[in-house]
Parts: sequence; structure tokens; C-alpha cells
Amino acid sequence: MAEYLILIYEDEKSWANADKAAYDSTLEGHNAFAEKHGSAIRGGKALWASDTATSIRQGAVTDGPFAETKEGLGGYYLIEAANLDDAIAIAKDVPAPFGGVEVRPIRVFD
Amino acid sequence: MSENVFEESAAGRRASRTHSQVAAAVAEAHRREWGFVLAATVRVTRDIDLAEECVQDAYARALSTWDSRGVPANPGAWLTTVARRRALDLLRRDASLRARLPLLLDEPDPAPQPEIPDDRLRLVFTCCHPALAQPAQVALTLRLLCGLTTAEVAHAFLVSEPTMAARITRAKKKIAAARIPYEVPQAAALPERIEAVLTVVHLLYTTGHTAPAGASLVRRDLVERALDLARMLRQLLPSDADVAGLLALIVLTDARRSTRVADDGRLLLLADQDRSRWDQGAIAEGIALVREALRRRPPGRFALMAAIAAVHAEAPSWGDTDWRELVGLYDLLIDIWPSPVVALNRAVAVGFASGPCDGLAALDALAAEPQLAGYGYLAAARADFLRQLGRLDEARTAYEEALMLTENEVERRFLADRLASLPPP
Repeated sequence: MAEYLILIYEDEKSWANADKAAYDSTLEGHNAFAEKHGSAIRGGKALWASDTATSIRQGAVTDGPFAETKEGLGGYYLIEAANLDDAIAIAKDVPAPFGGVEVRPIRVFD
Repeated sequence: MSENVFEESAAGRRASRTHSQVAAAVAEAHRREWGFVLAATVRVTRDIDLAEECVQDAYARALSTWDSRGVPANPGAWLTTVARRRALDLLRRDASLRARLPLLLDEPDPAPQPEIPDDRLRLVFTCCHPALAQPAQVALTLRLLCGLTTAEVAHAFLVSEPTMAARITRAKKKIAAARIPYEVPQAAALPERIEAVLTVVHLLYTTGHTAPAGASLVRRDLVERALDLARMLRQLLPSDADVAGLLALIVLTDARRSTRVADDGRLLLLADQDRSRWDQGAIAEGIALVREALRRRPPGRFALMAAIAAVHAEAPSWGDTDWRELVGLYDLLIDIWPSPVVALNRAVAVGFASGPCDGLAALDALAAEPQLAGYGYLAAARADFLRQLGRLDEARTAYEEALMLTENEVERRFLADRLASLPPP
């Protein structure tokens, strides 16, 4: 088994303009995801939007996210899966109505 | 002394003759068995790089061992046994050889058994995994299944060797780090995954069939590799209609190979090819495969493309080609594979079925397709229809445009000839 991080990238403007129904259905989607894949999920959190981010490069502190992109990192799941195919199958169930997800293998140092 | 010299040279000749026969046997085994040997060795090493080293080593040993003991009855099995033994030996001797990257399979294969499993399907699905970019899929397939060196793969795709080396290294690293599985996908995912594999083989074939640039029209090496791969897939997935369709397409198109270029290097279109020199054995094989591929409903993309090739293969002459049948097949193809290039071919068929005026109208409907903007065949097809309609100034402009858009020298010469055959403005 291996661990993967599922990073949820979405258009923050769309979320800022979204109505309650969009929030509700996405929340429901996450609940359903947690129920379906509970045994694989090792952790996961939602993040505040990237305008709350602070970046630090070589000690210099700046306001804002590390990279300005149209789609910002809005949350993540840490999951366990046998291989990339299984991880992708799980990641496809993560709700991300205004974007998508990225699957990254967790690196292990012995 | 002179007698001695003669004896030695006779012996030398004998030795070099056997030596060259052994070298040929090793080369043949390299082409036919590389993928089989590597796929089976990965089962032991669970690491592609280490497996490649061991397989390389086995081929090097074959050169010397087969020289002294003769070529074994089953070269693939011999090579696999040697490669796997070498792998086990290395793994036992030096645990640090186990890569720092994760291993491909949870459990290694137990010690080599007399019966060697055919793991080529695992290897091909790993190489053509959708999590790898398509250029990487193509490169890995050529390298791991066909045994091409990085330099050969780089040459095939006209990129520098360091670029290709970086592409292959990155892909292998991703396979290990992200754990792209070394297994045949589940039945539910299989059709989609087979499609990815067939796309890679088809891309190899089309790249070889009309080289994007350079002095020769055909890259014979790539065509042969694509044909080998399609035959391998047919052997491994005998009941898959799409596999039958792709093999049919390649076999039928390749049946015309000796007639596509004239003795003086000029490009010959289907209309001008000597049909008596088409490979009738290949055509018969291809048509039997098309029938099988079309049995699945609805027929897949490759089955329809092969059926189109079959209509040309069966036509006794260009004039006797069943263009209406072709337009019908292109219509079906566009339904499942709506691509501007297919639409272009359909428009050309329409021109032959109902006249250059209709053909030109169908082509002009495609003029706004961004994908065709840099595509020389659109301009060339327009030029032909304009010439037939006697609109010579426009034909001239269209040939000139087509000339600017192709870098294949055989195609360029063909277009230049057509342009020169028009009466001066």
C-alpha cells in the first residue's frame, strides 16, 4: 500500500460567487466521499481562500499564495491506496465543481 | 607456411560465418523477444531499470554462449532464464541495488520456474498508462517492448538524445514513484486502456507511414515495429475487435508499401499505383481481420478505418473504386470519431463520388477548422479539385500553400510537379 495526497484545485472566484445550494451540495458530496472511502482516508482538510495565504521565500515574508494561478488550492485528502489506478478511482469521487484534483504520491524516506 | 595461412583463413572464414549467423540469431531474438524477456524479468526485479540491465546482459551473454554452444531451441526462454538468474543474483548480492523508488509489485515472483509467464500485457499497459503523457507512452513502448535504444527512439521522433533520455527517465520515475500498476487492468477499465495502447501503436504506424520530415516518405523501421506490436496485441488479446481492427488497418495499408514511391523517388498516389504489385497475401489477411472487427456493433474507429482501406484494396482500379461506399464508411467514422482530418478525407471521397464541385464545397466547409490550418493535405486536396474544375489560378495558389506546409521531401516534390504541370499564368 502507498499514500497519496489529493489536492483540490478550484476557481476561487466561482466559489466566492457561489450560492448556498452550491455549498450545500458540495458539502454533501464530501460527506458521501468520506462515507464511501472512509477506510482509505488518512486525513483531509479544507483551506481558507488563497487571499489569506502568506508566503515566505528565503526568509522574506509576503502576502499572498506562493504561485498566482487561476485555480487555487482549496483543500486536500490524504489517502491510502494499493496503486495509482486505485488512487485515481478514489480521487474521481472528490467533489470539485469549479476545478479538479491532483493526485501526488507521498514520498517515504527509509 | 603458405599452407598454414590458407588453413587459418579457411577456418577464420568458417568461424566468421558461424559468428555472423549467431549475431543474426541474437538480432532476431532481440527484435522478437525483447519485450517478452523484459516483462518476465521485471517480475523478479520489480524495477524497470534493473530489469533492463539484466536483459541487456543476457543478450550480451547470448552472443558468446550461442557462439560456442549453438542457438537454443527457444531463444526467448533461454534469455529470460539468464536475465532472471542474473537479477536474482544481483539482488541477493547487493540489497542496495533495490532501487530507492518504490517497487512495482508487492510480491516478487518466486525463483524462476521452468514455465515463464507471458507478462507482455502487463508491460504494455504500464507503458501506455494514461497517467503518462503520450510522447512518454510512445517512447517507453519503443524502448521497453521493442528494445530500441534511447538514441534510436530519439531519432525516430526527431528529438535530441538528451531530450529523449530525460523523457524516458522521467516516465520511469513516475511509474515507480506514483505506483503505476504493473498489471492487466480490471475488465471494467479494459476497453479504455486498450484504446490507449492502440492509439500509441497507431501513432507509431502513421509516423512511420509518412515521415513528418526528411528525405524518405516511409520510416520502414517504425512501420515494422508498429506491425510487430499490433501482431503481439492480436496474439495476447485475440478476441478484441479493436485490436483486430488496428492490425487489419496496418496490414492493409502496408500491403501497398512497394507502390507508394516510384523508382525515381516520386510519390505515387493511390490513383497512380501499380495495383498488381500490392501484396495480395496481406490484403487477404487484412480483409479477414476487417470482417472480424466489424462483427462488433457498433464498429470501432480502427475497424472502420480498416474497412476504408479494404475498399481501396479490393478495387481493381482507381476508376472502379466504390466511392459511395467510402463516403458511407466515413460518415460512420465521423459519428464515433469526429475529427477534422476524417472530415477532410470524407470530403475528398465526396469529390470522387459526386464530382469535384461537391468535393470542393465539402472541403471549403472545413476551411475554418483551426486544426486543419497548418495541414498541407487540405490545401493539396483543394488544389486538385480546383485543377479539375479548370480554376487554375486558384489551384496554383493552393498548391503553393500546400508546398509551404509539408517538410517531407517526397511530398514536396510531388506538389512541385503538380504545380509545374499547370499551364503558366
